[in-house]
Amino acid sequence: MKKASPNIDYNQKAISIKGLQKSFDEFDVLKGVDLDLYKGENLVVLGRSGTGKSVLIKIISGLLKPDEGYVNVLGQEVDKISPKELDKLRLKIGFSFQNSALYDSMTVRENLEFPLVRNSRNLTRKEIDNLVETVLDAVGLSQAINQMPSELSGGQRKRIGIARTLILRPEIMLYDEPTAGLDPITCIDINNLINEVQRRFNTSSIIITHDLTCARAVGDRIAMLLDGQFQHEGTFDEVFATDDERAQAFYNYNFID
Amino acid sequence: MRKYVVTRRLDRLFIELYRIYNFVARFFKEVFLPPYEFKEIMNQCYEVGVRSLPLIALTGFIIGIVFTNQSRPSLSEFGATSWLPALISIAIVRALAPLVTAIITAGRVGSSIGAELGSMKVTEQIDAMEVSATNPYKFLVVSRVLATTFMIPSLMMFTILVSLLGGYVNVHQNEQTSFTSYFVQVFDAITFLDIFSSLAKSFVFGFTIGMVGCYKGYHSSKGTEGVGKAANSSVVTAMFLVFIEELLALQIINAIRAM
Repeated sequence: MKKASPNIDYNQKAISIKGLQKSFDEFDVLKGVDLDLYKGENLVVLGRSGTGKSVLIKIISGLLKPDEGYVNVLGQEVDKISPKELDKLRLKIGFSFQNSALYDSMTVRENLEFPLVRNSRNLTRKEIDNLVETVLDAVGLSQAINQMPSELSGGQRKRIGIARTLILRPEIMLYDEPTAGLDPITCIDINNLINEVQRRFNTSSIIITHDLTCARAVGDRIAMLLDGQFQHEGTFDEVFATDDERAQAFYNYNFID
Repeated sequence: MRKYVVTRRLDRLFIELYRIYNFVARFFKEVFLPPYEFKEIMNQCYEVGVRSLPLIALTGFIIGIVFTNQSRPSLSEFGATSWLPALISIAIVRALAPLVTAIITAGRVGSSIGAELGSMKVTEQIDAMEVSATNPYKFLVVSRVLATTFMIPSLMMFTILVSLLGGYVNVHQNEQTSFTSYFVQVFDAITFLDIFSSLAKSFVFGFTIGMVGCYKGYHSSKGTEGVGKAANSSVVTAMFLVFIEELLALQIINAIRAM
């Protein structure tokens, strides 16, 4: 079980969501979601596949628009700001995709430089190289700098994906299924990396997962998304100290069967 | 029930038409606004132009030989084989070169753009660009459409050259016409309007091929099946539109000639 991070500031909210609703055609995915993420906190969002976990973080990053509700990220309502303001806000949000989403046609170095050279056009070659080396060092993959994404393992791709988001020094990290499809040892490495990112870069993070080992290792707080709403919230033990069969089934599948 | 199905299909058609309109209109807005992705435009020009050269050279040369060979019997019936250089040049410059270049690049470049953007879409690479505050439309679509729009006319000029050379090889072999005599007849037969109209057509073909490939890839559905469909429909749609445009261009050019 993770020890609570000492850097959490419960007086400041990085993200605040109220009454969020989102539907696709006739299918209601999110039915009034309320959520707060505090500065410096790792919040794990648990839930079955198709319950709208990824939709939630795509709305936070402005990739999807909400149907109803209030989504405030670092003091700005994402669906009400101009595209320019949204781009500025996005520089403060790191998004680690489920399949890493590395650019296949670019080397690791080019992948890492891509967001940097487009958003900080005054940087010198030396400064860019230093930043690339720093984030590669942070994810422990300095040797992979000239490799193509196709030459990397699943775990390495995840690490590079995280490094690419860290290069812009985000205040918020959004992890979409960070341990999906990885072996248990690599999962532990990724969990450690998520905690290391929180400690070293002082980020506030939302980690989307259905892996309870990951949730227990990285979450300062857990929120369980069931039927389009958050039903249980608290520490890992508090969330599963319930009679709710849906939550219990989740726990039993991960730790007993 | 039947009425409901028809209305739903009509709805989808209009939504799709609106989406196409928005996608194309966005190009004309984004192309003039900074930041300009010069490096990516150059990369794409290399991909579309330089990498297509061997295929274009081979195909153009063969077409020149075959067209000359197939035209000879008809002309020889009237004892007019000496008109072959003029016939070849008019046919190649006015119709064959623009069409052949467009069809080959639609197959090679259009499908590759559709597949590349389709796979970027389904593996969330386009979303990754967007969340890192990079405009994916500008980086991916504008650069590719500009590359096809400017490279296909250049490739078309190259096709004219190699096809005429192919024609020369065949004419020289059968009629012993000299190189100089052949090309004097070739250039006598064509006018400025012929070259200009073919260049103008090629710009339109290039824009169409790039835009169709990007649209199909950018809007491909989830999964690897969607990538295959995007690549396939990029080629089919682009070729279909190229032929329609050729037909329209023919009417316009004929009207200009008649003036």
